[in-house]
Amino acid sequence: MDALEIARWQFGITTVYHFMMVPLTIGLGLVVAVIQTLWYRTGKPEYLRMTKFWGKLFLINFIMGVATGIVQEFQFGMAWSEYSRFVGDVFGAPLAMEALLAFFVESTFLGLWIFGWKQLKPGVHLACLWVAVIGSVFSAYFIIVANSWMQHPVGVEMVNGRPVMTDAWAVFTNNTALVAVPHTLFGALAVAGGFLLGIAWYHLWRRRHDGIDTIGADGKVIPGEAAGILGRDRADHTVWIRSLRIGAVVAMISFAGTAVTGDLQGKLMFEQQPMKMAAAEAACHDGTGFSVLSVGNVGAKNCDDIVAVIEVPGILSFLAKGDFTTEVKGVNSLLDEYQSKYGTTLPDNPIYGDRAGQQIQYVPVMEVTYWGFRMMIGFGGVAALAALVALWATRKGTVPASRGLMRLAVFGILAPFGANAAGWIFTEMGRQPFVVAPNPDPSGIDQVFMFTAAAVSPGVSAGEIMTSLVVLTSIYAVLLVVEVKLLVKYIRGGVASAMPELVHAPVDENEDKTPRGGPGKPDDDVLAFAY
Amino acid sequence: MELLPTIWFVAIAVLWTGYLFLEGFDLGVGMLMKVFARDNTERRVLINTIGPVWDGNEVWLLTAGGATFAAFPLWYASLFSALYLPLLLVLVALIFRAVAFEYRGKVDNPRWRARWDWAISAGSFVAAFGVGAALALTTTGLPLDANGDREGGPFAWFSGYAVLGGFAVVGFSLLHGLGFLALKTDGEVRHRARAWFVRLLPVLLLPMAGWAVSLQLLSGEAWTIAAVVAAVVAAVLAWNFARKDAEGRAFLSLGAFLLLGSASIFGAAFPVVLPSTLDPAFNLTVSNASSSDYTLGLMSIVACIGLPLVLAYQAWTYWVFRRRVSAAHIPEAHSFLPAIAAKALAPKD
Repeated sequence: MDALEIARWQFGITTVYHFMMVPLTIGLGLVVAVIQTLWYRTGKPEYLRMTKFWGKLFLINFIMGVATGIVQEFQFGMAWSEYSRFVGDVFGAPLAMEALLAFFVESTFLGLWIFGWKQLKPGVHLACLWVAVIGSVFSAYFIIVANSWMQHPVGVEMVNGRPVMTDAWAVFTNNTALVAVPHTLFGALAVAGGFLLGIAWYHLWRRRHDGIDTIGADGKVIPGEAAGILGRDRADHTVWIRSLRIGAVVAMISFAGTAVTGDLQGKLMFEQQPMKMAAAEAACHDGTGFSVLSVGNVGAKNCDDIVAVIEVPGILSFLAKGDFTTEVKGVNSLLDEYQSKYGTTLPDNPIYGDRAGQQIQYVPVMEVTYWGFRMMIGFGGVAALAALVALWATRKGTVPASRGLMRLAVFGILAPFGANAAGWIFTEMGRQPFVVAPNPDPSGIDQVFMFTAAAVSPGVSAGEIMTSLVVLTSIYAVLLVVEVKLLVKYIRGGVASAMPELVHAPVDENEDKTPRGGPGKPDDDVLAFAY
Repeated sequence: MELLPTIWFVAIAVLWTGYLFLEGFDLGVGMLMKVFARDNTERRVLINTIGPVWDGNEVWLLTAGGATFAAFPLWYASLFSALYLPLLLVLVALIFRAVAFEYRGKVDNPRWRARWDWAISAGSFVAAFGVGAALALTTTGLPLDANGDREGGPFAWFSGYAVLGGFAVVGFSLLHGLGFLALKTDGEVRHRARAWFVRLLPVLLLPMAGWAVSLQLLSGEAWTIAAVVAAVVAAVLAWNFARKDAEGRAFLSLGAFLLLGSASIFGAAFPVVLPSTLDPAFNLTVSNASSSDYTLGLMSIVACIGLPLVLAYQAWTYWVFRRRVSAAHIPEAHSFLPAIAAKALAPKD
């Protein structure tokens, strides 16, 4: 493998990994903020417990997103210096704004939230969480603006061979970004919904299994208490059933949201990157049908040996144009168009190194686009369906006693993660062979594009990038194990794991808003929370 | 000389100075975890002095990097790609350090804590050293060709200046961390930190002074040389204040030392942002490495709104958590068991 391929693997691995933590941070952050608002409004102890428990898991995950996020910003310059030089004038701005306007807000106000339980008034403390969460939404906006410019460059003109920003409004209101942002946010909420659902299911199951909750003659749950287990009182049941229902509702709403925004994205993509959508369909020829299942070697150069086994006529046209009859261009006719517009071989330019003169593969890797597209929708749909079933199954106040169903619910936490990863892999791999895809709009900036083959750092050796790939991948693997183990430990501990006050000094939770003073520690509020 | 690129050179110098001032002390406190703190309670005192703020401080690094990308893409691309392996080490250090702060107290087990203590100390040291080396090299030069790409292989960046810059930031951060602990803690830790501060100040500031002076020899001007002299005066003041138990003034004087030192360094380097050691014609300068005036204008508006806001709410954070932390404030470790009947009734290991 040469430097380019290693650098691409590295970017893919580190980004997909980073984007496991990010949607959970955004989604769970929003959910915890809503729950703490409920506590602030009602003062009900179960909402405080939910805030503490889900907040603890949120923080265990948040820090991993922070740690792996720095790699992302450095990586552009380290491994993709030619890309950075080419796009810097327009791409650097949203990145810098993300740091200045979003990351500062996120990290500072989260610090206030973590440590400020007693130093801040309850309303101010809650506001800090909201500000931090809104910061994370803004960071999603800025980074998607940057990414959308790679998908659909706007607001620039070419000066001395490089795009120069001429219209910031166009860049920051790129229609590609305006639909991708809500799509991503709904995707993040789907992750949070599944997370709440699976974990709350486990605890309700555990309570039944341990004989704490029983079922009455009418089939309804009778919540009980277990004196020997910390935190397993009656309020504990309320914590989990409410969390489960919130999770299920969030999961269903967010699936609907991703479907609507995804449809808008698809329609834009048929205009802006027709080859990506044709490859998502493994559609060789022009047509109207959506492939439910295609067999054959979808990665073959000659796309003609792909056979659509099940195809629904008209649906592809609906996805692309909103009607059932418009012909959608297939790979073969698009290939001719791309070749005549952007050339058949990589130009004879030193930035391409040994690749100069090679044939340009305009068709993305179709196994990836075809299956990535379907996995995104499939995982998302399965999660939403499971949420619906879960709501019905728990209508009498608890979950079925089945261990298998409990495992399924816990395992199901992974489905929305899978949908997120598949969606990003699809859209980034589908953009190939371009790192900056050409904008086919006739408005005149068609020449703004860059082949991925030209983007890698010319001065950096394959050995260096291989070193970083191995080092980062191994560290990420180890840290994933550590994070999951910690999450599991805190999940199994239940609410008591996140509330030392339940363990060390069981006090009336309603009084928790006022500082607790004890003998020997007169100024306990110096550290309301301590690392 | 163009106005906007010059403003942005100053802005990036300010961002780096802000980074070194703020994260400087939390890197220092991190390094002190192993050599200064004597037991677990003291280590927890150290961590909790920076607990609410270290993450916000680290964003200054991201902002400095992002602003360099936006305002001087060619500087960003050449510097980051030329320093591939050292920056990889910085990334690894920052990853472990960040995770360590959050995870260290999450399991009540001495071996677990000892591992994360190493991550915090070593991570802080490597991050400080790497950032220092990178900053020194961007002022003294790298072997760059006409396109701005490094020649000479993965280790071609290595020079005495890299080592000098690395120790400069490590030394400054250690001292700044001691000054911060003297200001933010009480009892035994406070007194020991102040004593160490007074004793170690000359040796810990020597490398940064060496970097500033060598840059004056390379490309100094009258005002930058004056800044070096003023920085030395500030260091003497910091030493004197610390000796007289005026911790706040000692802390501010050391801040003045950093401000003056970095003004002398960036001022002497200007208008070159990254010299090429192969041929001065390949130097990246404020004019040939910058973005368009349109982009710089946009970024200027954003920075004028964003930066004062950041300073305001970060200052508020320090105000909220202004109380001194001492060993008496550290709560006992929170250990818990799975909320499972079979486990809860079993004897605790």
